[in-house]
Amino acid sequence: MSGRNRVEITGEGPVLVNGPVDVTGPDGEVVRSERSVTALCTCRRSRRFPFCDTSHRDRERRAHRGGGSR
Amino acid sequence: MTLTRQAPAPSTTEPALPAPRGPLSAAVLDALRTGGRPGGALDAVPDDVYGEDAQLTLYCLYELHYRGFAGVDPEREWDPELLTVRRDLERAFLARLREDAPVDDVRGPADVDAEMAGLLTEPTDADGTGVSHHLLRDGEPWQFREYLAHRSMYHLKEADPQAWVIPRLHGAAKAALVTVEHDEYGSGDPERVHARLFAAMMRAAGLDDGYGAYLDLAPAETLAEVTLMSMFGLHRALRGALVGQFAAVELTSSPGSDRLVRAIARMGLGPEVAEFYAEHVEADAVHEQLVRRGVIRPLLAAEPELAADVVFGVRASSFLAERLERRLLGAWGARATSLREPLPPIG
Repeated sequence: MSGRNRVEITGEGPVLVNGPVDVTGPDGEVVRSERSVTALCTCRRSRRFPFCDTSHRDRERRAHRGGGSR
Repeated sequence: MTLTRQAPAPSTTEPALPAPRGPLSAAVLDALRTGGRPGGALDAVPDDVYGEDAQLTLYCLYELHYRGFAGVDPEREWDPELLTVRRDLERAFLARLREDAPVDDVRGPADVDAEMAGLLTEPTDADGTGVSHHLLRDGEPWQFREYLAHRSMYHLKEADPQAWVIPRLHGAAKAALVTVEHDEYGSGDPERVHARLFAAMMRAAGLDDGYGAYLDLAPAETLAEVTLMSMFGLHRALRGALVGQFAAVELTSSPGSDRLVRAIARMGLGPEVAEFYAEHVEADAVHEQLVRRGVIRPLLAAEPELAADVVFGVRASSFLAERLERRLLGAWGARATSLREPLPPIG
């Protein structure tokens, strides 16, 4: 990877940040992500804030698919 | 340089050949064991290509492309007679899947977006009918261990079937798919390879983490999910379907993994058991974005005619996933094993 850092605002959920990053929270705590791309929560609903856990998605009260990790 | 034919070196990392489940698998496994030619039983593909005999045969033929089997010459991977059996099974498998996962309604990339939007809507914890919902609400440790035994058929080679598609993609789609695969393989850290995290979870849950250790216990419904990925990955003509299968996994995995983390805590199984699924909550939240934005969008911009196959990959993998879920929940509802035989008691 070279050049400038890339940040993508998805508009539907998280902000995607390229490269391993240290994320400093409002309380000063630093959380490290070693991923090639990190998804930062913007909806504040994530149980793993500051990282996205897809909690921004619509929830429907109906039967639907739902496996685990595959 | 002199090329000499060498006998395969003994290996302790290759799995043992499984027991046959019918005439076709008996003939193919016998040929693999003895080094001989597959016999006359190969003329007929079993009527039920979703069944035990067909799926075990297909699984074992594909396994020659991954780790192979102990005592089997690695060159059998390219044995023309075995490849002919594989092709006949694949054609029957694909024909059934095309019937069971029709895509007549797909006209172009806009229909792929609609299909993805459907995958992104989650049921509430209380309403979901899937295995992860069951495990979260009512699951018991023995059921969770069975779930891991089923899943080990894929997760101990996690991301390998999808790696076959890399040379079949180009440009932005290839770059984004490799970013996801890189993460699956631990981003350069062998301790973080997802297959290794799965093996650690199996050990922590009291299971055998050996590659292929539960093959004899894994029913056809479990094997079919893996043969599907291998078939899509190994056929360039099915690259759109492979991408669709990959998307279906990555889009649905994060919330499902989160339920499993909470299920593990509720069952009192301990954080070392939860590590694999905890990793997938965050990882697959990123992968979902990369697959949709980075892989599918540029792929369909370059090859819009692949739209129907991408949706086929989503629907075929969802169809097989639902068949497996029915087997698990049906068996557990009757307090019976969902495997072909119960797991041995934990020592």
